[in-house]
Amino acid sequence: MGNHSDGSPNHSGTVATAGQNEVEKFQDPGLPPHRLRLADTDPRAAKRAERQVALLFGLSVVGTFIFLVAYFVIDLGEGSGATIADIRLQNALLGLGTAFAMLGIGTGIVHWAKALMPDHEVSEERHAVRYEEDRQAAVRIVDDIVEETGIKRRPLIRNTLLGAVALAPLPAIAIFGDLGPRPDKALAHTMWAPEDGKLKRLTRDPDGTPIKASDVTIGSAFHVIPEGLNELHEGKLNEKAKAVVLLMRLDPESLNPSPGREDWGYNGIVAYSKICTHVGCPVALYEQQTHHLLCPCHQSTFDLTKECKVIFGPASRPLPQLPIAVDDEGYLVATSDFNEPVGPSYWERDEHERSINS
Amino acid sequence: MKALSQKRRHPLAAIALLLMGLLVTGGLYAVATTMNQAKASTTNFTEQDTEEGGKLFAANCATCHGMGAGGTQDGPSLVGVGAASVDFQVGTGRMPMQMNGPQAQEKPVQFNEEQTRQLAAYVASLGPGPSIPEAGLLDEKGNAAEGGELFRVNCAMCHNAAAAGGALTRGKYAPPLAGVSGQHIYEAMATGPQNMPVFNDANISPEGKRDIITYLKQIENNGSPGGADLGALGPVAEGLFVWIAGLGVIIAFTIWLTSRTS
Repeated sequence: MGNHSDGSPNHSGTVATAGQNEVEKFQDPGLPPHRLRLADTDPRAAKRAERQVALLFGLSVVGTFIFLVAYFVIDLGEGSGATIADIRLQNALLGLGTAFAMLGIGTGIVHWAKALMPDHEVSEERHAVRYEEDRQAAVRIVDDIVEETGIKRRPLIRNTLLGAVALAPLPAIAIFGDLGPRPDKALAHTMWAPEDGKLKRLTRDPDGTPIKASDVTIGSAFHVIPEGLNELHEGKLNEKAKAVVLLMRLDPESLNPSPGREDWGYNGIVAYSKICTHVGCPVALYEQQTHHLLCPCHQSTFDLTKECKVIFGPASRPLPQLPIAVDDEGYLVATSDFNEPVGPSYWERDEHERSINS
Repeated sequence: MKALSQKRRHPLAAIALLLMGLLVTGGLYAVATTMNQAKASTTNFTEQDTEEGGKLFAANCATCHGMGAGGTQDGPSLVGVGAASVDFQVGTGRMPMQMNGPQAQEKPVQFNEEQTRQLAAYVASLGPGPSIPEAGLLDEKGNAAEGGELFRVNCAMCHNAAAAGGALTRGKYAPPLAGVSGQHIYEAMATGPQNMPVFNDANISPEGKRDIITYLKQIENNGSPGGADLGALGPVAEGLFVWIAGLGVIIAFTIWLTSRTS
């Protein structure tokens, strides 16, 4: 080999000649020579490997005991005064115990097989893939079965079997029915609709106490549920999921209500549905200086000063506003239900919105 | 001593030394910070406090907030923000702000306890506002279960269910709450710093705030029930860990299984 650094061409003396003059034949290299392991030749090494395997199995035994001791000795029952630290300790010991118990057996067996069990190589000859006789035999077996069942001669059995197989999936379809019933109008209305002419008060989540307009100072954000929600016994969560509202107060100057919506707020206090119009996550991240509302799921951002218009993200509609006013005692009330269905789009939404506004 | 001098050539000696150094520094720091917190503040301001605070304000804050704290284009008016606001903003190092940005960052505190108190006295004298909470509300002996419910309804959407903080729009974020003193948590709720909404006493009562602080301190002191929480940031951090550590272990076992024994 010459000096590569000066860039001069060199001839190494080897020239590729493969396939130029002769038909290259791939020689079967055969198996590499068998190499004996340390444990095969040295009895002391074999003894050591044996002890290592036993140690790993022993480790598994210890792991099992750690698990059992942690499970029975650390008492998390009522009245035991257990703290989170106790739970954490027990969890850690249960996990470590199981890990040692399983890994000890597994690694022990693998080490045993690798170090001590015979490791001579065995080669098996390939079998021919398919014989014509085998194929014929298989065809004969199938023919025999068809012949012996007599399905060709007994159309009654054949037809009833076909009918049974065709009908068998029907129960599964019936079970799909449990995904319903269709919510129909339930999605279009919330608990905010006045009952018997009585307007619903805005109350605090979670304790349900009513909110006075004077409580809501500038920059405040209240998490609001409708009056009477906490008294519901059935479907409380479903109603809450539709009716939750975020109440905020900002400088009335910075609100820009569109015509017809000027009286939906009160002195800069406005209430908007918390259910994102994209896929229904709660939009409650309110920034009191920029007046942005952020949905944590997909970063849809709504601008409170523009009636919650979407300014970023995948939501396609502004958040619905709840029209509010103040009653004789100074408490905030909803003057009506939302004027459109809250939350994400659904098949009949347009129809419902038209019927609400007609 | 002989044994020690022999062990210093041990390959793990450098690591042991490093660990020892880190432990000592960490310990000293912990002692120093708890000593800072131990000094309780009083809310009774004297006239001299107000006067001194006015001087400090003119020298350090008036550039943005204006002489007399009436506000300029660069900073809001401080009339009526109260002593609690000053104690939070200055006491956590957020004010004076280093530069204009999406939000004021927490940083090493610029004013000592005495100066913070004087500034608070001055701003409190400008107009009525939330005052520094009494020690009784910060004793962390409220109802942690009710505090947890209030936290999940009012705070968790921004600050994360485990109070680990979270992102907001356009570079703003809600900070993690571990390690924040009860007094600063209370003041933040009462005054609504930066983009945080105000949670006045009509929204969350002083007892409710005490419950929330109790809850936050409880989860902070008890730690995560499931061991390492990986920042409590949810599936991203946990998935990353499983992909790297879990797959790494599987690959290591595969290599061991297929390797030849010597």
